[in-house]
Amino acid sequence: MPDVMELVYEVSNEDFTRAGEASSDVKRKLKKLGIPSDVIRRVSIALYEGEINMVIHAYGGKVTVTISEEAITMVLADKGPGIPDIDKAMEAGYSTAPDNVRNLGFGAGMGLPNMKKNSDEMNIETQIGVGTTVTMTVKL
Amino acid sequence: MDLYGNSVYLLENQCKGCTNCIKHCPTQAIRVRNGKAVISTEKCIDCGECIRICPHHAKKAKRGFIDAINNYDYSVALPAPALYGQVNHLEDVNILLTALKAMGFDDVYEVSAAAEIISRESREYITSHREKWPIISTACPTVVRLIQVRYPDLMDNLLPLITPAELAARQARARAVERTGLPPERIGIFFISPCPSKVTAAKSPIGYKHSDIDCVLAIKDLYPILVSTMGEVADHPEDLAISGKIGISWGITGGEAGGLLSDAYVAADGIENIIRVLEDLEDDKFSSDLEFIELNACNGGCVGGVMTVENPFAAKAKMQALRKYMPVSATHNVKTYPYDAEWTDNVEYMPVFELADNLKDSMAKMSEIEALCKELPGLDCGCCGAPTCRALAEDVTRGVAKKSDCSYVLREYLHKLTDDFHELNQI
Repeated sequence: MPDVMELVYEVSNEDFTRAGEASSDVKRKLKKLGIPSDVIRRVSIALYEGEINMVIHAYGGKVTVTISEEAITMVLADKGPGIPDIDKAMEAGYSTAPDNVRNLGFGAGMGLPNMKKNSDEMNIETQIGVGTTVTMTVKL
Repeated sequence: MDLYGNSVYLLENQCKGCTNCIKHCPTQAIRVRNGKAVISTEKCIDCGECIRICPHHAKKAKRGFIDAINNYDYSVALPAPALYGQVNHLEDVNILLTALKAMGFDDVYEVSAAAEIISRESREYITSHREKWPIISTACPTVVRLIQVRYPDLMDNLLPLITPAELAARQARARAVERTGLPPERIGIFFISPCPSKVTAAKSPIGYKHSDIDCVLAIKDLYPILVSTMGEVADHPEDLAISGKIGISWGITGGEAGGLLSDAYVAADGIENIIRVLEDLEDDKFSSDLEFIELNACNGGCVGGVMTVENPFAAKAKMQALRKYMPVSATHNVKTYPYDAEWTDNVEYMPVFELADNLKDSMAKMSEIEALCKELPGLDCGCCGAPTCRALAEDVTRGVAKKSDCSYVLREYLHKLTDDFHELNQI
């Protein structure tokens, strides 16, 4: 029997109200697995923020969640525009989201900070014009 | 205490084995096995959706009947606020209350009166527990059960107070003892309820050990006699009413929240809607300024209970008309007996949906489920007796169903068998 489980989701950019489908499904499955509720909470918040980012900035992408007995690892890969200044993007309140997105209540500049806050480790690899891969780990 | 003392049960001879109930059960607690519905008591939250949906009336709610008043020397009726919305042109609550006495009860104590006390207690609790905002209402036992089995993270947000019906029972018993001098156990407390979840709450309370409610009656059982008796007493009602707008309004969605005298609340009703609210709450999607979440499993609130008779929206309109000229609150004019409204027991999460008791085994099972799901058609037709293909896959890994329970899988297997047979014939 495998010691790790992998869940893969395509995040569509067609409809921002669908952002959150991956985090909802992950949450449901983690509950079934009996993962402690504080871990589930951190994973679903971090993942939801990541999904929103992928929809707003990167025309969707792919989410891979790996569950082991030690940790839950989330890899969010997109082929979006890339992040020009990661330090700036990590600042609370800094946002490059367009007005139409802000009018919907998103784009408050809390996405990446929230993702970092809710994960034990976070790593961002980005290349302008190629895409961004965010890897987050929440330890069990 | 019976942990899973459900009130919803099946009348086996009436069950046709159709799949209506399994498709509507919010916790996927029902399966059809050997042509009959089977309810998992640990997953059932007594919402009554299956009673509502069953076209063959094969689901029923356990409840008591009025002749049980003969088991006591003195009996008190506790009408739920929702009862007031059931009758037409009710201008004076006293007519309804007097009719209850004429039906055989020695006294009546309005649940709405106790609700006003609980409103006051809730205001105090909410003000002094800012760190727990938003506080979630615990008046609907189905909501409490749902959170208990599915939302461990929200357990701490539950309002740890007894329900208005429970407080009414305790007050009514104290008043009856004072008035009659009888020992408390000779007094029967009868709650007239809109729903089966209150039957369960009286039998296996959550948050405290023992309920003072001796018997729960269904509004719909009493209704025909109540209406005709009201006609008889209409011209000489006794002065029995002891509650105002705040108390009466608990019967409809927004009523409980309204009693908090604050606008920072969300009030939702209907089982699917409350699940959406709970999911979002769990993900921190609500404003942190929100003080209170009122949730009612039934559409419209308690007036939509499965043991009521009137359309919930019509009932709501009647209650709005009734409360129009009532005082805001009336309980301060009534003698209150010493009480403690806070829960005495810790309420713990019940992980009834977990796959196994350790992560390794759970992951193995989930991998098996994922693999099986890929082999199933994904139609969620329910013909196998499980509500969805995923639920069947889970049942198979739990060892309580077979993959070939799926008609599509079986059909393909039969096709292959005939092909093989055909080939064999050619040789």
